[in-house]
Amino acid sequence: MITLNINKKTYNVDVDPETPLLWVLRDVINLVGTKYGCGVAQCGACVVHLNGEAVRSCVTKVSRAVGQKVVTIEGLSENNDHPLQKAWLEVDVAQCGYCQSGQIMSAAVLLRENKNPTDKDIDAAMAGNLCRCGTYLRIRDAIKLAADIQRKG
Amino acid sequence: MNIRSQMRRVYFFPIKTIIVLVFVLSVIVLMSFGFKNDPFNSKSERKFTKDSVQSVKAFMDVYKVLMSPRCMNCHPAGDVPLQGDDSHIHSMLPQRGKDGKGIYAMKCSNCHQPTNLDGLNKPPGNPNWHLPPANMKMVFEGRTPAQLAKQIIDPKTNGNKTLEQLIEHADDGLVLAGWNMGEGRVAPPLSHEEFKKAWITWITKGAYAPAAK
Repeated sequence: MITLNINKKTYNVDVDPETPLLWVLRDVINLVGTKYGCGVAQCGACVVHLNGEAVRSCVTKVSRAVGQKVVTIEGLSENNDHPLQKAWLEVDVAQCGYCQSGQIMSAAVLLRENKNPTDKDIDAAMAGNLCRCGTYLRIRDAIKLAADIQRKG
Repeated sequence: MNIRSQMRRVYFFPIKTIIVLVFVLSVIVLMSFGFKNDPFNSKSERKFTKDSVQSVKAFMDVYKVLMSPRCMNCHPAGDVPLQGDDSHIHSMLPQRGKDGKGIYAMKCSNCHQPTNLDGLNKPPGNPNWHLPPANMKMVFEGRTPAQLAKQIIDPKTNGNKTLEQLIEHADDGLVLAGWNMGEGRVAPPLSHEEFKKAWITWITKGAYAPAAK
């Protein structure tokens, strides 16, 4: 039995320690906001926070998460009111929406470490998150808006 | 049976056993001295002598390894690592960052796990995966043998390492990771053992740089 701390809750799961964290989140705990894209850490759809870092859960063995804090898109804020979530709605970023939870989780790390990111900072931070719909310009706008919301508190 | 012969029976076998044990222990001790005398593994027995021909010859073997994708890909000329056996620029353009461990949501360990993963095209793993830091980039890409040899020997460009520390560096975890490349990647042209031998020969024979051409 493996004990995990996910979104501040404790879960005991009976899985092989080699299982990717993504499968435990989606298939065992039923937190399906995190998406499967490529399975080889190339697309960013599966990004979750492991002790605050934007890890790719498709290649992260569940054993790496033992004793650590995992946060998924469902746990990013209490009431879906993280500055990024507000900005995402305001800018209407999503088209199909499949990649968006990964995009937001990556952007959250950027905003935590850089309160006022430039276009260059955003491009560098978000280069590993692909969007087949090509919403990149709206993502960039929304991150700037979220930074503004965050600064104003 | 009188007491004397009983005593003889009691003491005879321990004495024989002790002789055998002493012999076995002596062999073990002598063998351990033999390993200690190995100049490639013993710090105390290592001799530094000047031999520019041998030194340069050894460095050319070292150079072949350092310029192989398994080493050079993380010693790029720019601030983005290289990737694959053809050393193309790393997809997703992860940046070096100040400490060499990436930036924001693009830190090395976000994808590179502590161990390799099964299957092709999965990120190779190591618990300490990183590039050289921004203030000491230790570039291999594009360096000639002469340039690279001088760069490695100079503490100002080698991470402040002495010759002894450079020798120890041959067994660094991330150096060894070059030979634990994961599925589908070509190994460096020499084994780690051969590399280490050439590395130590280069340094102990004077750490000469090949002539600049």
